[in-house]
Amino acid sequence: MNIPQDKTGEGGVIITKLDDLLNWARLTSLFPMGFGLACCAIEMMGAYASGYDLDRFGIIPRASPRQSDVMIVAGTVTFKMADRVRRLYEQMPEPRYVISMGSCSNCGGPYWEHGYHVVKGVDRIIPVDVYVPGCPPRPEALIGGFLRLQEIIRQETIREPRAVQQIMAKRMGKGMTNEELVMNNAESKTTEEAPEAANEKFSEGPTTSESGREQNPVV
Amino acid sequence: MTFGEIKDFIASQFGPEVIVSENTDNLQPYLVLQTERLAEVCLELHDNEATYFDFLSSVTGIDNGPEAGTMEVVYNLYSIPYDHHLMLKVIVPRNNTTGKPIPVVPTVSHIWRTADWQEREIFDLVGILFKDHPDMRRILCAADWEGHPLRKDYQLQDYYHGIKVPYDQHNENSGFRGEPVKLTSHEDPFTDKREKPEA
Repeated sequence: MNIPQDKTGEGGVIITKLDDLLNWARLTSLFPMGFGLACCAIEMMGAYASGYDLDRFGIIPRASPRQSDVMIVAGTVTFKMADRVRRLYEQMPEPRYVISMGSCSNCGGPYWEHGYHVVKGVDRIIPVDVYVPGCPPRPEALIGGFLRLQEIIRQETIREPRAVQQIMAKRMGKGMTNEELVMNNAESKTTEEAPEAANEKFSEGPTTSESGREQNPVV
Repeated sequence: MTFGEIKDFIASQFGPEVIVSENTDNLQPYLVLQTERLAEVCLELHDNEATYFDFLSSVTGIDNGPEAGTMEVVYNLYSIPYDHHLMLKVIVPRNNTTGKPIPVVPTVSHIWRTADWQEREIFDLVGILFKDHPDMRRILCAADWEGHPLRKDYQLQDYYHGIKVPYDQHNENSGFRGEPVKLTSHEDPFTDKREKPEA
């Protein structure tokens, strides 16, 4: 059987930007952490199930925060749960994203006034990327939140990670020009060099345990 | 047995002084018992074949507020074989100042095991200590929570583990109905390296 090579693309070459490749890989395999807190979790389970089938977006729930990319905070976050939510978030590897699902985790929801036990918005504990409104949001709304998150990931670039972008935006907000930014970097570099110079001085002298401790500025 | 018969039964067994007062005006009449004798009356009501209250439907703690100065614990008893009910109450003084010990009521958890967690819930939310309870600690709130949230004069904490508790602009949004929000302590911001995205 003779299959023409130009039809299958076998042996062909695809040219793309590294950014696009990485972002494509990330946004098409968002693994959320499998945990729910309240009635929003029922809608989240509905979105996972065959009717809405989040698998077709590459969204597969994982059983461990170590394997997860995104955390869906689906439901009421109580103060008792807040420490656990924060710990789970810290256990996730970078890059990590958070979807806040429903009014309760967005802002406290119906518990905003008299709910002594409810955290008034999960963004008081962890940074949130996408807020999905609703009480509870329908599975379509959660899918909409994921599509929004995919848009956010599509804008990312490895040359300027989001943390750097935010620092730059802050300095721009303070009215610093680009040259000043570079100057600031240079200044910080010189201050960093200062302990190295001290180390050289110490290394000339007799090596004591105290100077050995001094040589490592991290300790 | 009717309510009157049960009342006479208790009076004949323990003397009339054990019943502090009674209320038969409402649909569910109740007896107010002496607090310190509650456990032995309940044990007799549970064990005696004439009454046989084998089921404790609910235990409820009520805070009547600082003006009234009292707290109540309400017991709803039910006998499955006889199909009769009884509501019992004990009324204890409410200690207004924070330095004083909280009110104490004898436990009935050794008679009905269902009272175990309900008494813990009352201790957690209303702040009534149950004497001789096997495991008197909080059940719903976190173990290091301060105060008893369903007391009438409960004050919201400012920060819990560095998380701000009140809603932002709480008073503006509630029309100054709720408690005045006065933050006295300081925020301990979360230590994540990544900052919250700009809105």
